[in-house]
Amino acid sequence: MFYREVGQFKTSYAADQALFPILQDKIGILLILTIAFIVVPLVATGFVIDSIITPVLVLSLAAIGLNLLIGYTGLLSLGTGGFMGVGAYACYKLATFFSGVDIIILVICSGFFAAAVGTLFGLPSLRIKGFYLAVATLAAQFFLSWCFIRIPWLYNYNVSASIEVPTRTLFGIPVTGPTATPVTRYLIVLTIVTVMTWIASNLIRGRVGRTWMAVRDMDIAAELIGIRLLPTKLLAFAVSSFYCGVAGAMMAFFWLGNAESESFSINQSFLVLFMVIIGGLGSLLGSFLGAALIWGLPIVMRNAPVVLGIPVTAATMEHITSMTLGVLIIFFLIAEPNGLARLWQIGKQKLRVWPFPY
Amino acid sequence: MRAPTDPDVAAGEVLLSLENVSLSFGGVKAISDVSFDIRKSEIRAIIGPNGAGKTSMLNVINGFYHPQRGRITFKGETRAEMRPYRAAHGGIARTFQNVALFRGMTALDNIMAGRTLKMQRGFLWQMLRYGPAMAEEVEHRHRVEEIIDFLKIQEIRRVPVGRLPYGLQKRVELGRALAMEPELLLLDEPMAGMNLEEKEDMSRFILDVNDHYGTTIALIEHDMGVVMDLSDRVVVLDHGIKIADGTPDEVKSDQAVIDAYLGVAH
Amino acid sequence: MDLAYKIFLDPFVQMGTAPDLLMQTLWEGLVAGVLYSLIALGFVLIFKASGVFNFAQGIMVVFAALTLVGLYEHGVPAFLALAITVGVMFGLAFAVERLVLRPLVNQPEIILFMATFGLTYFLIGFGELVFGGEPKVMISDQLLLPSGAYRVNMFGGFVQMQKIDVAAAIIASLMVAALAVFFQKTRIGRALRAVADSHRAALSVGISLEYIWVIVWFAAGIVALATGIMWGARSNVSFALEIIALKALPVLILGGFTSIPGAIIGGIIIGVGEKLGEFYWGPLLGSGIETWLAYVIAMVFLLFRPQGLFGERIIERI
Repeated sequence: MFYREVGQFKTSYAADQALFPILQDKIGILLILTIAFIVVPLVATGFVIDSIITPVLVLSLAAIGLNLLIGYTGLLSLGTGGFMGVGAYACYKLATFFSGVDIIILVICSGFFAAAVGTLFGLPSLRIKGFYLAVATLAAQFFLSWCFIRIPWLYNYNVSASIEVPTRTLFGIPVTGPTATPVTRYLIVLTIVTVMTWIASNLIRGRVGRTWMAVRDMDIAAELIGIRLLPTKLLAFAVSSFYCGVAGAMMAFFWLGNAESESFSINQSFLVLFMVIIGGLGSLLGSFLGAALIWGLPIVMRNAPVVLGIPVTAATMEHITSMTLGVLIIFFLIAEPNGLARLWQIGKQKLRVWPFPY
Repeated sequence: MRAPTDPDVAAGEVLLSLENVSLSFGGVKAISDVSFDIRKSEIRAIIGPNGAGKTSMLNVINGFYHPQRGRITFKGETRAEMRPYRAAHGGIARTFQNVALFRGMTALDNIMAGRTLKMQRGFLWQMLRYGPAMAEEVEHRHRVEEIIDFLKIQEIRRVPVGRLPYGLQKRVELGRALAMEPELLLLDEPMAGMNLEEKEDMSRFILDVNDHYGTTIALIEHDMGVVMDLSDRVVVLDHGIKIADGTPDEVKSDQAVIDAYLGVAH
Repeated sequence: MDLAYKIFLDPFVQMGTAPDLLMQTLWEGLVAGVLYSLIALGFVLIFKASGVFNFAQGIMVVFAALTLVGLYEHGVPAFLALAITVGVMFGLAFAVERLVLRPLVNQPEIILFMATFGLTYFLIGFGELVFGGEPKVMISDQLLLPSGAYRVNMFGGFVQMQKIDVAAAIIASLMVAALAVFFQKTRIGRALRAVADSHRAALSVGISLEYIWVIVWFAAGIVALATGIMWGARSNVSFALEIIALKALPVLILGGFTSIPGAIIGGIIIGVGEKLGEFYWGPLLGSGIETWLAYVIAMVFLLFRPQGLFGERIIERI
């Protein structure tokens, strides 16, 4: 009843192709943005922001990056962690060399470094397809992980082989480093993620997105229409790695405050992959939902025994979380291979005809 | 959709010609020394029993298969082989026997995808979308809507093509090919799997495309009635060899053709 | 110039001047290669018969080894523990077929692949829960596996070959031979190959997918158990083995995903190549290059031959 789109006619193609063509959607997104930008900083505690909200935002961006590659272009990549790392270390070195430059600009620049590396490791995608390509990205992942340890210049020869994020300010307020408040860091991450998500949705709805999806669905037919495969695939790698790189830089600078090779290992790649799978391939919303679930679930499970008063050790909870994650993945694949995003769509469908059943 | 204007090739002149083309896969000879031409604005049928090499012929024209011998001349330029990208750029569009649509996209998106070659706005504008990219998108949407009207598929615009019945899928695929504003349209068994009504519709579309836009059409077809009615000239292949070439009437009464279809040993 | 000398000349000089070291390195590489092959073999079995790339193969190796050792630690005699572990692997195969494969039949392969991810996480958690996370010692003595080493004098020096490694090579060869015969000669083997090609077609000619899958996952489980025992005997049984299983991927790329001889040859090539690279070129680049060297070798190989050494060339029909 509330979600009917009856009566909402479009009088131009531009309106028809808008991001949120239905009025209810427009209101919904405005509501979400208001809550995100205004309500959360006022209401949520620093702890919740730091341990749940900011991480989910950062990981969502990485998930969007991976989704562009796997969900929209059909190129399986297991190098997400490595590309995130490139962004983080690049940002660190840039911050070391250009200490006067605005940190946000540096974060964006580090995305370009990640894009360059991503494009390089995407070159095999012309000859190698599908599964085998995943192995090439694994080569990238392991090689980059090795680099993050074995090239001391990357972490300024720090003895602990990790990077400590320096304090940087924006308009006089510290935004990185130990003195930056959770809210400040959260707002910056939120802004960057919002803008980049908007850009991603623009790309997807236009020519670029169509060429990617064409390559994903049937690359032979795509060639026929005049789409050149290699530039299209390389563009996908570049954009995807850019997003992952920015996410990695934000992870180091605005979330953790420090980072080391382990933060960008193969496990990180798998984590983001699961977010994309469970959230829904080929869906921007899914990237957010998947990140929220994969990150949120272990936290909920870790704290549940305490809240419920059940005496279980932390280690045991870790194991059970791992098992639950595995079961959840299998369950989702059986019940709804298109992920949480599809469930959301089904929910909206039901809302359209509510209170009637169909 | 505008009629393709090409000062190089006038109606009636040779648009595409294949000379002594031979194609084999490993030991299997798919095409042996076949030569024929396609004239501008005509409807050329390629017929023959199963396995005659008809689809391989189209794949050679498109640039998917590269012949071991022979030459292809298109719009005056002669090459040993075609490349898919060059074929698309030159104005060759194609449909497939087993519909080659992008199953993850809607009908509208599929046809819009056909406009890709004509879209110029660069990546940076695409990132922004508002402004030149949107204007270009709307302009091409107009063209695509003309095609949608022409093919009468308005209701299924937003339906993911995987869900469409076969006949409609073939129509969407035709739409995508038309969106490229091709000079030469290659149709691989456009009527396959259709009932009488659908065949009449498709024949009407093919004739209209040829009439109004002057598009040259080469089609592979098994239905003899359709072939005789629609085509200006016919070339007959059997076991990779050309056995007849002429008007439908000439070919119909050619003994070699009759033998091939009736399966006389030779 | 100096760098070129270091890359292209020096290592070979080293090889020539100390041939016994070369032999030792080659032997170490061969041994590692045999173990990679065993893991790859498990992948090939499942992929050949069900088209599924079983990412959980690595964790199955760990899980099998843990079960064996865990049972022994609880007082079960060695060979009985072995028999029970075999039963457990059968149970695992049965459960996987019932709960994971059957609901997902006919889904695209990528979905099944991701399901094995889920299986991996589940087994990691379950294994840690039941057996604890600390590394364990493999019960090689109790299983009557040889210990100690052979010392062969050659080239003026000597080569040391661990007896357990020799045993591993022999057992692996026997297993491979048995599997090859099984696939080629028996009725079930033929059915397995049919299922690998197309689930639907196999169903339509009356092959029972469930039965086939249980058999093949069980076989892979046995291979995993053997691998776990061999590997655990050389270094302890821990969850680190799980990542080493990823090493099987370059092996599969070289040897093809569906070829048993390919898995063996690919494994040996990767094992030897990796050890040689690590020993002779490693000092140049720094330690730890074995983490990525195999993948880079495989990737370079793929560029020239996208279907691997033995894999089938996929010709797309339009």
